[in-house]
Amino acid sequence: MIRSLPLSGKIGLATVIFWLLTAMFGPLLAPHPVGEFVDMDVFSGISSTFPLGTDYLGRDVFSRLLYGARYTVGLAAAAAMLASITGIGLALTAAVGSRVLDELLSRFMDTMISIPSKILALVLVAAFGSSIPLLLVICAFTYVPGSYRIARSLAVNLAQMDYVQVAKTQGEGRWHIGLREILPNMIHPMLADFGLRFVFIVLLLSGLSFLGLGVQPPEADFGSLVRENISGLAEGAPAIIVPAIAIATLTIGVNLLIDAMRGKR
Amino acid sequence: MAYLEVNHLCVKADTGKTIVHDASFSLNKGEVLALIGESGSGKTTIALSLMGYARRGTHIAGGDVRLGEAHLKDLPALRGNRIAYIAQSAAAAFNPSLNIMDQVIEAALVHRIMDRAQAEAKAIELFHALALPFPDTIGQRYPHQLSGGQLQRLMAAMAFITDPDLVILDEPTTALDVTTQVEVLRAFKQVVKDRGATAVYVSHDLAVVAQMADHIVVLNHGEIKEQGTTAEILHAPKDDYTKLLMAAAEPTNRVVVDALVQPVPLLEVRGVNASYGNRPILKDINFTMQRGAMLGVIGESGSGKSTLARVIAGLVVPTSGEVRLAGDILPAALSAREQEHFRRVQIVFQNASTALNPAHDVAQILARPLAFYHQLKGEAAQKRLLALIDMVKLPASVLTRRCTELSGGQIQRINLARALAAEPELVLCDEVTSALDTVVGAAILDLLAELRRELNLSIMFISHDISTVRAICDDIMVLYQGAVVEHVRGSDFDQVRHHDYTELLLSSVPELRAGWLEERKARTA
Repeated sequence: MIRSLPLSGKIGLATVIFWLLTAMFGPLLAPHPVGEFVDMDVFSGISSTFPLGTDYLGRDVFSRLLYGARYTVGLAAAAAMLASITGIGLALTAAVGSRVLDELLSRFMDTMISIPSKILALVLVAAFGSSIPLLLVICAFTYVPGSYRIARSLAVNLAQMDYVQVAKTQGEGRWHIGLREILPNMIHPMLADFGLRFVFIVLLLSGLSFLGLGVQPPEADFGSLVRENISGLAEGAPAIIVPAIAIATLTIGVNLLIDAMRGKR
Repeated sequence: MAYLEVNHLCVKADTGKTIVHDASFSLNKGEVLALIGESGSGKTTIALSLMGYARRGTHIAGGDVRLGEAHLKDLPALRGNRIAYIAQSAAAAFNPSLNIMDQVIEAALVHRIMDRAQAEAKAIELFHALALPFPDTIGQRYPHQLSGGQLQRLMAAMAFITDPDLVILDEPTTALDVTTQVEVLRAFKQVVKDRGATAVYVSHDLAVVAQMADHIVVLNHGEIKEQGTTAEILHAPKDDYTKLLMAAAEPTNRVVVDALVQPVPLLEVRGVNASYGNRPILKDINFTMQRGAMLGVIGESGSGKSTLARVIAGLVVPTSGEVRLAGDILPAALSAREQEHFRRVQIVFQNASTALNPAHDVAQILARPLAFYHQLKGEAAQKRLLALIDMVKLPASVLTRRCTELSGGQIQRINLARALAAEPELVLCDEVTSALDTVVGAAILDLLAELRRELNLSIMFISHDISTVRAICDDIMVLYQGAVVEHVRGSDFDQVRHHDYTELLLSSVPELRAGWLEERKARTA
């Protein structure tokens, strides 16, 4: 399975595994606690004591990155997964269900799309206070309608295919048609969509963190690491470059892997 | 010296596989050469290489193509100007968002051969020559407003606008109905003759080629099997493969003994009307089919023959009328049918590659009806799977493969096997051989006849090809514009006086001899 992946896919797989391991074991390996001030200087460069330099408050970037991976990988991946699965599930229901159900679901999703996601997030955080489960729900909620839209258009097209017609004439039930005939043929475009949504969620999370609504200090996800160290940009501090590279490798890795899986069906 | 010369042409896939091996032939100015072979024989690849073009993932690995003074490397510059190409499916080759005129004269404008006014005048002249309706205004229309046959002729106008030295026609009539095909062939032949063009005609249909070509090149698996003048190939084929092609083109009689047909009505269709929106598709269809019979339903595209199958299968709900299976009324809507209804009627679609789910392997596809209708699991199912695969004459190794890895003939067999897995009483075969090559299609027909004999199946065989239906069916029904115009026993087919439309269909099937097109013209004129 792994051997049959093209080179790009292997690179993608390696990156994804690397970040998953970091997310799982990072906090155990971190040399310093996440919020501890360890350096008198701010934005110091790479040194043997601080492998990735220090941030705008003199904290160890390496440790903060190891802690942050949990939020970005865990929270963003879980939210993207939740959004995609809900979207696909509802889309299949709409595609094999009655016209009325399809119409109801689709119009409901249109309504959802028209609600500005950041404002909604603001209201929800103001009402319930920021917490990880709430962030997860907000991120998933925001991206369900988009996922639904794409999945539904795929599913409705696939539902016209001859093999679905054959399944209907054989008397197959709706669940069988949805899950066995339609779903396997839309999984690839949906994985590509998942990759995109994952990137969007990383960005949304960092946006929320910037507004002070996301992951709460002293904890930080990759997005908020970039945001909080933005003043180091002029100095070219590793504190801003390294989290940016982390986001890039993670998203590119996920997308490389997904693209490579498309080739073999 | 010959005008077009192909010398030791080799085309290879980038993976190293040889697609065309050492092809050499030549053609004089003003003559028509036909490349004939099955799909995968390399005929289109050769035709494309005449323009110096190789499809993505392939390259011209050796040899030369010479057109007049131009050699292989000069050919790309001549495309659309001195060399023109007419593709198989005109409906797909036209851009739906541009009007016809803009597309027809595009080549002339791109190559700056004429200005717009000249080009339009030339185009209208060509529309006249190709016998198109409303030649002066047809250019203002859009592709969706025209029929397939008209688009195919417009495509010819597009090719001839620059007065090309070489015209390549790639299966230009394959997607058309027989009656349309005759008109298009006639228009092509006329315009090729009038303009003295040199043409290469690519086809899998020997009878069509016999009407068009001076020379024939027979291809199989990328190699030239035989070449010669049309008369030589048709009257004295030397190569075995050519003989096989000739045999497949001649309708052979597979009609089964009448003893198979029991005088018990299996399918009764009474007063069925169906429509899509306000457009009526089926008008008052009445017929009875006996158990064990093979009923051929003939009609052109749009005649309602596929809709009829869909009504019986329950995919289309008729506006009125009823369908009975062995005396029981089949509920019109799918949701009202019971599992037993579903099992007894199976439908086999034309295009097996879309009728089988590409996400599943063959074993999964075939195991589903076994588990669903017969609750077969584990070893019993496995045994039945192997029996089914054997019944359609495929090796057991296909079970683990996906349909995308199999050939057209193989997947059509899988498609049949799935229907048989349900152990149905009635199989609706909707154009099951139309998407296949002649030789492969003939093998499928043999298989159908054999299965029918062994399993005592009742088959409704829907086709646009009257010679196929005559060869295998013992009852023949002709549909025209949604109504049954004729329903006769196959054995009486040659004796009875036919409906005018049936006569037209019969006389439109090209015969395997040169000069048929001209004779027919004289007869219908």
